[in-house]
Amino acid sequence: MPALIEIERLTKRFGDFTAVDDVSFSVDRGEVVGFLGPNGAGKSTTMKMLAGFVTPTAGTARICGKDVVDSPVAAKRSLGYLPEGAPTYPEMTVTGFLRFVASIRGYRGGEADERVEAAMQLTQLEGVQLQPIETLSKGFKRRVGLAQSLLHDPPVLVLDEPTDGLDPNQKHEVRQLIRRMAPQKAILISTHILEEVEAVCSRAIVIAGGKVLADSTPAGLVAPGRSLEQVFRDLTMPKDAA
Amino acid sequence: MGALIVARRELAGYFATPVAYVFIVIFLMMAGALTFTLGGFFARGQADLSPFFTFVPWLFLFLVPALTMRLWAEERRLGTIELLLTLPLPQWQAVVGKFLAAWAFCAIALLLTFPLVLTVNYLGEPDNGVIAAGYLGCLLVAGAFLAVGAAMSAMTKNQVVAFVLAVAVCFLFTVAGSPIINDFLSQRMPVLAEVARGLSITERFNSLVRGVIALRDVVFFGSFMGFFLFVNAVVIDHRKAD
Repeated sequence: MPALIEIERLTKRFGDFTAVDDVSFSVDRGEVVGFLGPNGAGKSTTMKMLAGFVTPTAGTARICGKDVVDSPVAAKRSLGYLPEGAPTYPEMTVTGFLRFVASIRGYRGGEADERVEAAMQLTQLEGVQLQPIETLSKGFKRRVGLAQSLLHDPPVLVLDEPTDGLDPNQKHEVRQLIRRMAPQKAILISTHILEEVEAVCSRAIVIAGGKVLADSTPAGLVAPGRSLEQVFRDLTMPKDAA
Repeated sequence: MGALIVARRELAGYFATPVAYVFIVIFLMMAGALTFTLGGFFARGQADLSPFFTFVPWLFLFLVPALTMRLWAEERRLGTIELLLTLPLPQWQAVVGKFLAAWAFCAIALLLTFPLVLTVNYLGEPDNGVIAAGYLGCLLVAGAFLAVGAAMSAMTKNQVVAFVLAVAVCFLFTVAGSPIINDFLSQRMPVLAEVARGLSITERFNSLVRGVIALRDVVFFGSFMGFFLFVNAVVIDHRKAD
């Protein structure tokens, strides 16, 4: 059986600038892959291509065997995607927003209510369910975005900086949530926080300048006797500046 | 149907912000004022609504672009375009949904001019069939302008640019059949004069106001909207991630 996320020789050029350069990897069920790299490394662009938002210049990406360019709607059905910054419609209430996403995803009536309930429970949003999203704190907004991506219990999750802006307790909650879901899903998360990779990821991919520099278990990356931070710097800093 | 779900969310969004109320109040005030002053509603001594209908396209020329300029720009500013277009929904349905919401909104604004119909029926015995055809004409003009405005909004991130472009293009189609343009063109490029008359929104609108519902006029408006919605979808597909 093919992996749930398959990326083959994916490339994106904006004019002369190559944002993502010949990236290939796959993520299997049960894996949590941490996508690491400095700002502008191409993490978000890769994820946007995977989600079908940015069209690749070359290469292919498949979700559950569905090509994101050739059959975008089918690929998106199997995907839960948290875009960078967790965008939501500010004037909507939390339930209103989640109901909207549920109905687009084809849930009706009682089933839609159940899905919305379950997603709010997973992300602890019940307390604010009737508040307009614009009145919520950054941490709550992020969790609304997360709830939206989990609503349909997708086999594939792509989360762009899921813990950005959360306080330490909320970060802990989200990591636990990811760990709990890990056995049934293929999960790709991008992050700046190296400890997060060690805490939740079964594999780490380091990317800089659009190229994959390392792809291994967090333990494999740090051995022997170096911290992940050191490894990250060695890999991603230009050689002459180091 | 995904387009209707998007349309419902959008329409609710209009009424969650001051946009809807400002638009409706200004539209009703100006339509009323123009009908009774410049239009000479009473002085004409005729029981019909043609003084009102004459001004509607000119009001829409400025009000409709004000409505559409934020259509895609707002989604870009909030980042929600990435959310909307990564849901399992064909892109054209997002485009059509947004258009339908704006169109329904214009229909609501038009419906709220009903006191004029009551007044004219109280004062005399108007041909209500002609009035209905006039309202159909207003709705079709609104739809045509909305389709243009939505396409312009997809082309630029800047709301002011979107507004100015939309007014300019709508104006072009409004005056295309006017005597000034017609004389100018028939002296220099007779072929273009024919084309310009054919593309004139005003001429078709005027014949609807006279009570003539011709299939070719309705088909014209339909294809006009279809064309600009198609442009909208193509532009969104190419520029969604910019």
